[in-house]
Amino acid sequence: MTKLQKEDLEGILQRRRESRRDWIAVGMGSCGLAAGADAVFTALTEGARERGLEIDIRKTGCLGACHAEPLVEVCVDGVPKTLYGHVSAEWVDLILDSHVLLKRVVTRLAVPEIAERLTSCNDRDEPDPGRQYKIVTRNCGAIDPESLEEYIASGGYQALRRCLSDLSPDEVIQEVETSGLRGRGGAGFPTGLKWRLTREAEGAEKFVVCNGDEGDPGAYMDRSVLEGDPFSVIEGMTIAAYAIGASEGFLYIRAEYPLAVARIEAAIRSAKLAGLLGRNILGSDFSLNLEVRLGAGAFVCGEETALIASIEGKRGTPRPRPPYPSVSGLWGGPTCINNVETLANLPPILAKGADWFRSIGTEKSPGTKVFALTGKVRRPGLVEIPMGTPLRTVVEEIGGGPLPGRRIKAVQTGGPSGGVIPAHLLDTPVTYEDLAELGSMMGSGGMIVMDDQDSIVDITRFYLGFCVEESCGKCAPCRIGGRQMLTILERLSEGRGTPEDLEQLRQISKTMKAASLCGLGKSAPNPVLSTLRYFPEEYERAISGAHTKA
Amino acid sequence: MAEKDLSADVALAVRKWQKKRGALIMVLHEIQGRLGYVPREIALELSKQMNVPLARIYEVLTFYNFFELEPPAKYVISGCMGTACYLKGTPQIMQEFSRLLGIEVGQTTPDGRFSLTTVRCVGCCGQAPVVLINGEVHSKVSPQDVPHLLAQCKD
Repeated sequence: MTKLQKEDLEGILQRRRESRRDWIAVGMGSCGLAAGADAVFTALTEGARERGLEIDIRKTGCLGACHAEPLVEVCVDGVPKTLYGHVSAEWVDLILDSHVLLKRVVTRLAVPEIAERLTSCNDRDEPDPGRQYKIVTRNCGAIDPESLEEYIASGGYQALRRCLSDLSPDEVIQEVETSGLRGRGGAGFPTGLKWRLTREAEGAEKFVVCNGDEGDPGAYMDRSVLEGDPFSVIEGMTIAAYAIGASEGFLYIRAEYPLAVARIEAAIRSAKLAGLLGRNILGSDFSLNLEVRLGAGAFVCGEETALIASIEGKRGTPRPRPPYPSVSGLWGGPTCINNVETLANLPPILAKGADWFRSIGTEKSPGTKVFALTGKVRRPGLVEIPMGTPLRTVVEEIGGGPLPGRRIKAVQTGGPSGGVIPAHLLDTPVTYEDLAELGSMMGSGGMIVMDDQDSIVDITRFYLGFCVEESCGKCAPCRIGGRQMLTILERLSEGRGTPEDLEQLRQISKTMKAASLCGLGKSAPNPVLSTLRYFPEEYERAISGAHTKA
Repeated sequence: MAEKDLSADVALAVRKWQKKRGALIMVLHEIQGRLGYVPREIALELSKQMNVPLARIYEVLTFYNFFELEPPAKYVISGCMGTACYLKGTPQIMQEFSRLLGIEVGQTTPDGRFSLTTVRCVGCCGQAPVVLINGEVHSKVSPQDVPHLLAQCKD
C-alpha cells in the first residue's frame, strides 16, 4: 500500500460501498478458535470454492455470543441476516446449500434469541432499551481485524482525518472534554482532563500509552477489542498523541493474550505502510511511532505507575502519586495512559461529535460500557450497553437469566477491586456513581453472575486470595493486611470462624483502604466489605459452623 | 547446551532490542519464547552483553509470574483460575489431573513429562472452564474429560 493522503480515505470508503456483496463472517477471536472456528473457516472456504460461490468469507473478531462458539454470521441478499451458533465443520455444507444457494435460513442451527439481543452491529441509530448498542465493539465481528481497508471502509480514520485537517490539538481536547468520556479502565477519570493535564505539563518528550494489561479475572473486553478491531485502538492512540503533543507511544499488553499481541503488531505494520503511523501522518506535520511492550503476569501492572515501571523494563511496583504520570511518567516525561476501551471510543466521538456521544448513556456517565458477562447465566458473552441500563436487563434479558432450575444470588462487578451486588438490587442502573454507591465499582467490565449454588464466603476468599498473591509487597498495609484477612476468610470458609473475626475483617479493611500505596491495596477489601454488608447471614453461618463449601 | 549457541541466542535477542529503551523485559520474553525458560547461564551472559547487573535481571525474573527459571515439562497443563472458570469448576478439574498424575498443582512428574499449574484468566470466559495444554485452549472441560485429555498427550 502506498502512503495514504487525506483524500484517499474517501475513495476507499466509496469503492467498498459500491462493491458490497454477500458475506459470511466467522468469529475468530481466542474464544472462537478455542471452540474450533479454524476448522469451520477452512470448511466454508473449501465448500464455497467447490460450489463456485461468489461470496466474501471473512475472519472476524468476537461476535459477542461467546457461549455459542464457533459462530458464523451469514448475510446474503434476500435472506434475513442470520447468526449460527455451535457450528461444526459438518454443518457447513448445510449452511452453504440451504442459506446461500436456496436462500432458506437453517432454522435449527440459528440462534434467534441471540440474534435478537446480540447482533454483530447496530441496525438502528438510536439505542433501544433492553438491547445492546455498540460503539466500542462496533467492528468486532463485523470486519476482518487484519484488513486496514475494511477498517477504513467501515468509517475508520475519518476521525483522525478530521483532527489533522480541521482541529487544533486544543480543539480536539475540548471536544473530548465536552463529550464527557470517562476512563473505561475502572476509575472513571475524565479523559479530556487527563489529556489537558498532559498537554499542559512541561517536558521535552511526551508519551501516549495504551493500558492493555487486562488483569481482572473474568474480564475479556479489552482482549476482544484488541483482537477484533485493533485499528480503532491505534487510531484512538494517534488522536491522543496529536492532542497531547506526543510522538512516541507504547501499547502494554498481557503476554497471556498472544492473539491480541499478534493482531496489534500486524495492525501497526499496516498502518505504518499506509502512512497512518510513522512520519508525516496523512501528509501532515504530525508523526508518531507506536511499539508493543508485553506484560509478564503481574496484576499490579495495570496500575499506572507500576505499568510505567514495567515498560521501563523494571519490576512493576507502584510509587506514590503525585506526581501523576501526566506530569512525570515514562522516563520522567509527561505520559497519558488510556485504557483500550477508552481509546476505541475516540474515533466515533471525533467523527460524529461530542453531542452525539452525550446523547447516549446518562448525564454523568455518557456513552456505553462493554461487559464480559460470565458465570452462572444462560448466555455468557461480550455485551455493550448504554450507560444507565439496569443490571437486571443485562443479566436477565441479554444474558437469558439463571441456568435452568437455579436462582441468581448476586452479580459481581469490578473484579477483585469491586463488590458483590445482591439479586434484590439488580434494578440498579449501570453508572459509575450508582455502582460505587452500592460499594462496588464499574471496574474494567467483568460482570460475573453467581447463583444459589455458590458460597459467598468462598468467592470472597477467592478474590482476596487473588489480591494477596498479586500484592507487590512494597507497602505494609496491603502485604500484611491482605494476608491476615485471607487467613480469617480461610477459617470462615472451613466453618471454623469466631464472632470476633467479622469485626477484625472490618478493621483491617479500613486500614488497608486508608493506608495502602496504590489502588490494588485500597480496593482489595471491597469484596469483603460488600459481602459483609449484603450477605451477613452467610458469614453468620460460617461462624456457627453450618457453612459448607459449595 | 554448547557455550557458543548460548551466546548466539542471547546476542540475537539483545541485538533486536539494544537500541530501545527499557528493553530488558522484552529480551527476557524473547529468550523464554525460544527456550521455554530463562536458564541461569543465559542470565549471566545477558548481564555481560547488556551491561546490566545480574541482580537486576533476577529482580525482574522473580517478580513476574510469567518467567520460568526451570525447564518446562513436555506437557504443561494449566487450569484457568479466572473467576468464571473457578465458579464453573477448575478446582475439581485440577483435582482430577492431580489424582491421575499423582502430583500436586505446582509440581512436575518425576519423568518430566507433565507439570500442573494454574494460570490467570486467559479471557475465554464464555468457554469456561478452560484448560491450556502447552498453550492450546480446551474449552468447557469437565473432570470426566481429564483421562481423554491426558490420552491425547502421547509420545
